[in-house]
Amino acid sequence: MGHIRGTVLQTPDVKDSGAASVAAPDTPSTLKRIGYSLKSPYFWANWTVLLALVVAVIVFWALSPDTFLSSYNISTILTAAAVPAILVIGQAFVVMTAGIDLSNAAIVTLSAVTFGAMFAAGQPLILCMALAIVAGVTAGVVNGVVIAQFKINDFIVTLGMLSLAQGVALVISNATPVQVISEPLATFALGKVGVFPYIMILAVVLLIIAQLVLTQTRFGTHVLATGGNTETARAMGVKTKAMKIAVYAISGGAAGIASIVLISRIGAAEPSMNTSLLLNSVAAVVLGGVSLFGGRGNIVGPFVGAILLTMIINGLIVAGVPQYYQFIAIGLIVMISAVLVRSAK
Amino acid sequence: MTSQVESQGFAVETNNIFKSYGSVRALKGVSITAKAGEVTSIIGDNGAGKSTLIKIIAGVEKADEGTVEIFGEPVSFHSPEAAREAGIETVYQTLGLIEDLTIWQNLFLKRELMIGIPPFRILNKRVMRNEAVRMLSELDVHIPSVKARVRGLSGGQRQAVAISRAAGWSSQVVIMDEPTAALGVRETAKVEELIERLKARGLAVIVISHNFDQVLRLSEQIWVMRQGNVITGMRASDTSGDELVSLITGATQARA
Repeated sequence: MGHIRGTVLQTPDVKDSGAASVAAPDTPSTLKRIGYSLKSPYFWANWTVLLALVVAVIVFWALSPDTFLSSYNISTILTAAAVPAILVIGQAFVVMTAGIDLSNAAIVTLSAVTFGAMFAAGQPLILCMALAIVAGVTAGVVNGVVIAQFKINDFIVTLGMLSLAQGVALVISNATPVQVISEPLATFALGKVGVFPYIMILAVVLLIIAQLVLTQTRFGTHVLATGGNTETARAMGVKTKAMKIAVYAISGGAAGIASIVLISRIGAAEPSMNTSLLLNSVAAVVLGGVSLFGGRGNIVGPFVGAILLTMIINGLIVAGVPQYYQFIAIGLIVMISAVLVRSAK
Repeated sequence: MTSQVESQGFAVETNNIFKSYGSVRALKGVSITAKAGEVTSIIGDNGAGKSTLIKIIAGVEKADEGTVEIFGEPVSFHSPEAAREAGIETVYQTLGLIEDLTIWQNLFLKRELMIGIPPFRILNKRVMRNEAVRMLSELDVHIPSVKARVRGLSGGQRQAVAISRAAGWSSQVVIMDEPTAALGVRETAKVEELIERLKARGLAVIVISHNFDQVLRLSEQIWVMRQGNVITGMRASDTSGDELVSLITGATQARA
């Protein structure tokens, strides 16, 4: 029953005027409002990532004035950001239910080798793509069912799936990459509109759909309700188990789509571990202001977060910083952003 | 929105309800009634079975034996949702609202108004916000904005929102589990006012309370429970706080 300091929500004692005047016009000055906003945890949850993006752009631009903001480099960043950006859409949904999906990168691998096996068997491209997504969704549903139905900790279940999916991927692929040479896929991976690669446009389309689903549908509200307080949501009739299964399925589906983009970029389906993708997706969600306790957040923030993390790595490379410092930089950024949004809970 | 007040018959009637949790016999044949347009209080010491009884009426728990009738119709709810659909709303002491959602989202949770052609239906936020304002104003609840998140509300404001939700759905019976237990004096007074308004609208209100002054002030009918049994039922006008205390502790035997 905590009060939040300095928010507009504090009501002065309401005199019983008899007249029903709900939503009494509450019009503080603009300046005061900005003051309230700066103190509000919601403000920091929503804006940390954009502020960080602006700061990062300025810093890297100063470090490498000629190259960093060149259209070539912008395009490079956006190309590299597409896979993590797609993946983080799924992770964001999961975290909003107060869960976490540690298996999403392993599912990317599983979906990729499924694609590769189908492709090597001479199946049509569309079928390879469909099965990659089906494999991802299936793994996600398994995660969700075990978590929701048997009430097992999400951390443990998805950690198990991480190993399971990776193992199945190694078995399917016999630990060997499959070359995927496909005209349409290559066109898709290399094409651009201005500085915007097709694959980033795809990611943005998925982002828009996801954001609309979250904010404009009953499903989105129920996902947030489940994350906010599962017991209360259930008492109000929300199908909380179904919501949990659905978000892991979405995360698996996002991993499936990400695997297709990954294959199109590297021209091969590899059974390699994508550990950095997992770390990135969790980091981007935190950066994007989604509460790890669930119940709050949006998809745009984590999406921008994923682009930001890719940009930081790129910026460090362009500035000639030794590779290992990238990890340090990412780690620090995640911790700082977590501290900034911490007060939100 | 207002329910019919039936001069005869009861809004809620439980007949000989039994409920056990393992070897613990929580209810041993409980029969109570509640009339529309009245506040019915259930009092008793901890473990007397009050909460179990209202959980059964609200569809959270299922009775082992016995029946619940709503306006004379036998009902059997498998879920709180089924009870809500039948016009029985519950205001829980703790399981009330989802803090990270806005007031209007809470008021419409699981009853969202949609717009558009299936399957492309989206939330009709504008109408829900307007309706939320109306639901609150109908009970004269003052909240700065229905777009505010519940997290920022005081305990009294939260309880007011929860009660507005319970009252706003053409409900006929509103059950409240210690609605003022966590509130200060001022806020308690506001909530009691709300309860009076629900009564005035012809709803049957069932309240669990430990506050005997409040029980005597608010209610028409009082049921006293002890150790899984209803010891006695009486009109509030016929009793006193001292008598209630002695009935609860067992110092006084029940009147015939």
